[in-house]
Amino acid sequence: MDGDGSVPRFPLPSEIADAPGAEGWRSMYPYFTRFQPEDDKRFWFYNSMHFPEPMPAFDTITAEVPYSAIGANTARVFVFPTTLGIEHRIVNGRVYITANPVTDPDEIGRRAAVFGERAGYYYENWDTLYQGWKTRIKGLIDEISSISVPELPEFDDAAVVTGSTGVAQNHYVRENFHRCIDLFSKMWHHHTEFLMLGYGAYVVFFQFCKQAFPEISDQAVARMVAGIDVIMYRPDDELRGLARLAVEAGVDDLFTEGCSPSAVLAALADRGEGGKRWLEAFEQARDPWFNVSTGDGFYHHHRSWADDLTVPFTALPRYVARVRDGMLAGRPTEALRAERDRIASSYRDLLSSDEEKAAFDQMLGLCRVVFPYVEDHKFYCEHWFTSQFFARIREFGALLARSGVLAEAEDVFQLHHTEVDQALSDVMLAWAAGAPPVGAAHFRPIVAERKRMLEALRAWSPPPALGPVPEALNDPAVHMLWGVTQQTIEAWLRPSSDAVRGVGASSGVVEGPARVLTDVNQIGEIRDGEILVCPVTAPSWAPVFGKIKAAVSDIGGSMSHAAIVAREYGMPAVVGTGDATKRIRTGQLVRVDGDRGIVQVIG
Amino acid sequence: MTPRFTCRTADVGAADAARAGGKAAALGELARAGLPVPRGYVVTVAAFGLHMDVVDPSGAIRGALGSLPEDDLAGIAHAAADLRVRVTEAPLPPDVVTEIASGYAGLGAGPVAVRSSATMEDSAEASFAGLQDTYLAVRGADAVLDRVRACWASLYNDESVTYRRRQGMGEDGLAMGVVVQRMLSPRSAGVMFTRSPVTGDRSVVAIEATWGLGSALVGGEVTPDSFTVSKVTGEITGRRVSVKLRSHSTTPNGQGISAQPMPFALRRAACLTDDEARSLAQIGREVEDHYGAAQDIEWALLGDSPGRPALHADLADRIVLLQSRPETVWAARDQAPIASPRAKASDHVLARFRRAL
Repeated sequence: MDGDGSVPRFPLPSEIADAPGAEGWRSMYPYFTRFQPEDDKRFWFYNSMHFPEPMPAFDTITAEVPYSAIGANTARVFVFPTTLGIEHRIVNGRVYITANPVTDPDEIGRRAAVFGERAGYYYENWDTLYQGWKTRIKGLIDEISSISVPELPEFDDAAVVTGSTGVAQNHYVRENFHRCIDLFSKMWHHHTEFLMLGYGAYVVFFQFCKQAFPEISDQAVARMVAGIDVIMYRPDDELRGLARLAVEAGVDDLFTEGCSPSAVLAALADRGEGGKRWLEAFEQARDPWFNVSTGDGFYHHHRSWADDLTVPFTALPRYVARVRDGMLAGRPTEALRAERDRIASSYRDLLSSDEEKAAFDQMLGLCRVVFPYVEDHKFYCEHWFTSQFFARIREFGALLARSGVLAEAEDVFQLHHTEVDQALSDVMLAWAAGAPPVGAAHFRPIVAERKRMLEALRAWSPPPALGPVPEALNDPAVHMLWGVTQQTIEAWLRPSSDAVRGVGASSGVVEGPARVLTDVNQIGEIRDGEILVCPVTAPSWAPVFGKIKAAVSDIGGSMSHAAIVAREYGMPAVVGTGDATKRIRTGQLVRVDGDRGIVQVIG
Repeated sequence: MTPRFTCRTADVGAADAARAGGKAAALGELARAGLPVPRGYVVTVAAFGLHMDVVDPSGAIRGALGSLPEDDLAGIAHAAADLRVRVTEAPLPPDVVTEIASGYAGLGAGPVAVRSSATMEDSAEASFAGLQDTYLAVRGADAVLDRVRACWASLYNDESVTYRRRQGMGEDGLAMGVVVQRMLSPRSAGVMFTRSPVTGDRSVVAIEATWGLGSALVGGEVTPDSFTVSKVTGEITGRRVSVKLRSHSTTPNGQGISAQPMPFALRRAACLTDDEARSLAQIGREVEDHYGAAQDIEWALLGDSPGRPALHADLADRIVLLQSRPETVWAARDQAPIASPRAKASDHVLARFRRAL
């Protein structure tokens, strides 16, 4: 990180101090999420993509369960050659992760043989298997949706007697809670079943595109692959349909800016046939399409439309107004499809050989086979299933609140799922014993303290990474799912003010002693192998380009003289740095990165 | 009488480099393809030949220059300087004078640009931008005549001669045309490559632009704004707006170029709008399609003074091309295909995951 020759590194996990006011954060999370002393030797990064906030205790299940599933699928089921699973740790409420790569060539070879058979089987039968997957995931959604929380009335149902089931309903408190957790786990196993294979096909196409067209935007690659009838668009499509129906049925006057969902629904019931038609359509749309989280399904407080109608009812008045103005068009799917195909065929035409075109066709074709899963699984898993999952947990929270253990249902999310298990045992015992549960005294102070700590943890800013900088970062999961590369790590390590930055005008990376010239008359001072650092170059400097290793200029673009000549000589150049001649001194050892436009003083 | 020593720009095409020089041939080719170039005419190689017959009738002076050893920098400098003086001071043949002056009058007798158009300018030499001279904002027939000779003399610049010595190229058969064209007062100008000069990407057009005349950029006096435009999607995938401290423009009396400090408010302002960048990229593609190869293009964008958008003008009508030549660096570097088809599509993925990403 600095110029004293020490190895650059991030803060070590053991060096992280407790966030002020939240010194007791460890009490919220299970022991296996804590950093261990030997973890200081490994590289970890903050998973801000999935966990941008401090974790409430219950919500750690959205780390524990996915990592249990994804590693199982990559390491044990499909046997990816170069990667095992992902480990996670929590510090000051934030989730850090690291991947376990496989680096031994023999081991990779042994795994590759198994991987080829297993992954090959999935790719070859993708469509059929994906249809089966949809059936299975819908089965899981049905199960989680139908789980009930026992009400624990004074006397149990007569059916327990007349059906001689032999099991009183307090038993189902625990069984049904466990089923929720178990189903959540099964859902995540399904989620990760196709995930790495699906992203894998995409990454291979993506990398091909980036190699063939280094400046192609990520978006342009995505647009060649993107599906048109994507299920995630469906909730919004449903709202548009409801807006049209409101106008058609003559109930559109009810949808005004800031309208209250419950008031509108109540008023519709009094609006005769039109109101009835709309309410029926609304109920149909609501299940399942309102099972969309306002987040990504990793926090209990990212509520779904179904839980909180405010979001859809905020959109409805705008859509209704546009229907009245004749401005609400459906998605132009044919035009979108044509544009997608035009982009793909334009890039294909730009490829330089028929061989590349054939490879492009194969890779793009495979992407389009796997993409329905990549695009749609989120709706089934993170949105539909997870909305139902959190709704069930909330119902268990309501039971705990009714029993007096918790002050309110939402407080259940301040307990780890194993703690909820204990609280429910307390309730089961109390119902059986005919005595009140004792949990209030135990859990209510814990909940209050955790809510306070979570607020304090929000103020802590997590370092982007911890531990030593890895020699090579080549774990496919980290690449594909988080987009973390060696470049990302370098950017984290070196805040932008440290390096001299400009336009990477000629590619390549070299190191050498700097020769700072501010006057053309000093040109004779240049020695072989030096790196020329100058305000600007002119055509008359051409002869010195035979001596130097790289060129750096204060002024100039990628088509400036220095850039053109540097490319001609095949040497790295960074131009337009602004102030390289002021910040670099003759004799300093510098590294010139002509690909990224960075000049670093290294000694 | 049919002119013998000049012709209209559109009278030459790509095949006429030997008669008109490379730059003139390229401009004529663009004009013939219906692409916008400034109005102008070409002083053909025949005029140069006739003049040199007077300057060095037997070719002995050029022969001596061509036999100097490449490391005799002092000797080369001395001999080249002597030849340049002869070229610029010898009187022009009368027919050549008449034709150049009449061509100048035909352009309206206002300020013009006088640009060298060498016949032997090979790709590498061309990349040593600025080895041969261009004179901007030349006014008056006598000044044009002087500048034509100065262009011819620039064939014997120390750098050019040294370069030919190093490359083992002789001095025989060297010739030069000259392009005389109406001087433009662009709002912004610059260069564009129809593939990325940095990465070789064929799917983008890379544009560099500055306020006023492009000479400020080519001469390295400003760090230009840079734009990367996708040929496929029209996205601006790269945009870097620089601090442009000065700009070049024609002096008020139309003679010569002056550099002015940019008004403070415009220094950090982009000198092209995204739409302008996209229109430039579109014309760049047309040039590339015409030639069937990636091009390195100099352009100017006409308009009002910097900072004020042009009124009512169709964007495409405001773009003028000053030069186009084939991109050479990446064209020479193209290599083996980066991927080949496999037995099954999924084999690409299986192969990829057998090694670290």
